[in-house]
This record gives sequence, structure tokens and C-alpha cells, in this order.
Amino acid sequence: MLRVTITISLKEGVLDPEGQAIAHSLGNLGYHEASDIRTGRIISFTMDESNHARANQKVAKMCETLLVNTVIENYDIAIEDQAGDE
Amino acid sequence: MTNVAVISFPGSNCDRDIITAVNHITGTQPTQYWHKETSMEKHDLVILPGGFSFGDYLRCGAIAARSPIMDEVMEHVWRGGFVLGICNGFQILTEAGILPGTLMRNKQLQFVCRDVTLSLHHSQSNAILGQCDDNRQLVIPVAHNEGNYFADPDTLKKITDKEQIALTYTNTGAANYNPNGAINDIAGVTSDNGRVLGMMPHPERKAEAIHGGVDGHYLLTSIIEAAS
Repeated sequence: MLRVTITISLKEGVLDPEGQAIAHSLGNLGYHEASDIRTGRIISFTMDESNHARANQKVAKMCETLLVNTVIENYDIAIEDQAGDE
Repeated sequence: MTNVAVISFPGSNCDRDIITAVNHITGTQPTQYWHKETSMEKHDLVILPGGFSFGDYLRCGAIAARSPIMDEVMEHVWRGGFVLGICNGFQILTEAGILPGTLMRNKQLQFVCRDVTLSLHHSQSNAILGQCDDNRQLVIPVAHNEGNYFADPDTLKKITDKEQIALTYTNTGAANYNPNGAINDIAGVTSDNGRVLGMMPHPERKAEAIHGGVDGHYLLTSIIEAAS
């Protein structure tokens, strides 16, 4: 079993109004050192698969067909052996 | 008489409004399909209504765009059929890859629900708007949280050159004439064959005098006539 973590973020150049609102709020709290805030989404799941390369290929396909809107979003796939597995 | 279909997804909440509006125009009842259906009769016009399909989970329209009925909608598009997507229906059409670009979170991060003034463009280049007059401005309400149209520069150039930007928010001089920050004030786009239209405003909410205006009735009537 593998543990898959997909990190989805907005592409560079795509306006992130939520990130801007968070930056504004952090500024109000005095954290002026935080800038260029970008928001995103993490999707993680357990996968019944043992081969990392095969898993990666399948997960990329999941991203392209459903999980990610490639018009505005990038994704990054991390795959590790499920804790407790040999 | 134009034969109209309306597709309902879990969370669609404008399906009955558009059915009523169409019924008042055609005098017949549109055929309603549930998202799980895997076959569809031949129709002149397929309408994807507004709402919050699948609770807007993942991304607005993303899950609906992968519903079984969408294979039928896709086939209808390939056959050159007419399609109108309103609000969530527009989001579904972009998620399905039937229309270019995408709808992002409103720039001001607020749900917006009010009348907007719209300009029609390139009606004669888009079969679905072939009965419309570009000189007519329309006042129709929007009601959405994700209506901020976005397309990358290449796509934007392509849809501009091919005259697919059919509806824009009119610069009335008001600071908030564009309700969501949409790039180039885009309120609606067509497919490259000019037969599919996606738009954020809700024409079915300005379809009778009691709604306070009939510009939506004008637009729907024109689209139904074009599809006949």
C-alpha cells in the first residue's frame, strides 16, 4: 500500500484573491514579513499499489482527468510507502 | 417547435425556473434528464441550469462535468447541437472542456447577487445568438461566488479573434459594473462552432414582467428560435 499526497496550487500569474485577503489579514495582525501568499489544496489517499512508478502514472492521470483544473492549477505528487508496511 | 432538454444534477436549483421560462416561450414542456441517465433523445437545445451541483465540491462543476449524462451532452455537441449553460451550467461546460477558460472565485471574495448590464457581441458569428441584435443591452441578474472568468493569454487571443466573447459586462460608469473581476469583462463565451453558449447571468430570472424585466425572455426566445 502506498500513501499518495497531491498538492494543488494556482499557476503563477493566476490571481489568487484568497491569498491576497489572507495577506491583508496577516498584515493587520502585524505580520508584514509575509507576502506573495498563495493558497491551494491537498488531496491525500491510500492506494492499493506497490510499484511507485506505476502509481505515479495513475495518479497523474487522476489529476489530469478530475482532480486538477490544468487551465489554472499546477499539481505535485508525493508517494511514499504506507507507514506500517514492510 | 424547438425541442428542449434540461439536465438536472444533485444540487441544481434553477432547473425548474428554466423549465418554466422555456415552457412559456415554446408552449411545450422541456424533457428533463437526471445526471445518471446514459441515453438522451435528440434535442435541438440542451440546457445546463444554474445551481450548486455536487455542493461545488472539488471545483464548481467539476464533478457534474464527469457525470454519465455528459457523454450524451458531448455527443450532442459533436453533432452540432445547441447548448446553453447558465451559471453553474457554464462552469460545468468549461470543466467538461466544451467551452474554453474557467470560472474562478469572485475577485472581491463575496457572493454577488444583483442585476448587471450586459452587451451582446458577434451575434452574427455565433449561430446560437443568430436571432439577437448586438445593439441591444440586457439587464439580467447574476448570482454566484465563482464567476470570475479566466483564460490564459493564448486562449484569450484565440477566443477574441474567433469572436467567441459574446457577452460582456457593460461599463456603465459604476465602479462595480463588472461584478466578479472577470478578465476583459467577460460574462459569456461561445464554442468555436458558435453553437454552445455559457453565461454567468440568469436569463430565467428576468423572463416575466413580474420579475421586473424581460431581457432574459428576449435572450431565451432568441436562442430557442436560433435552435429550431
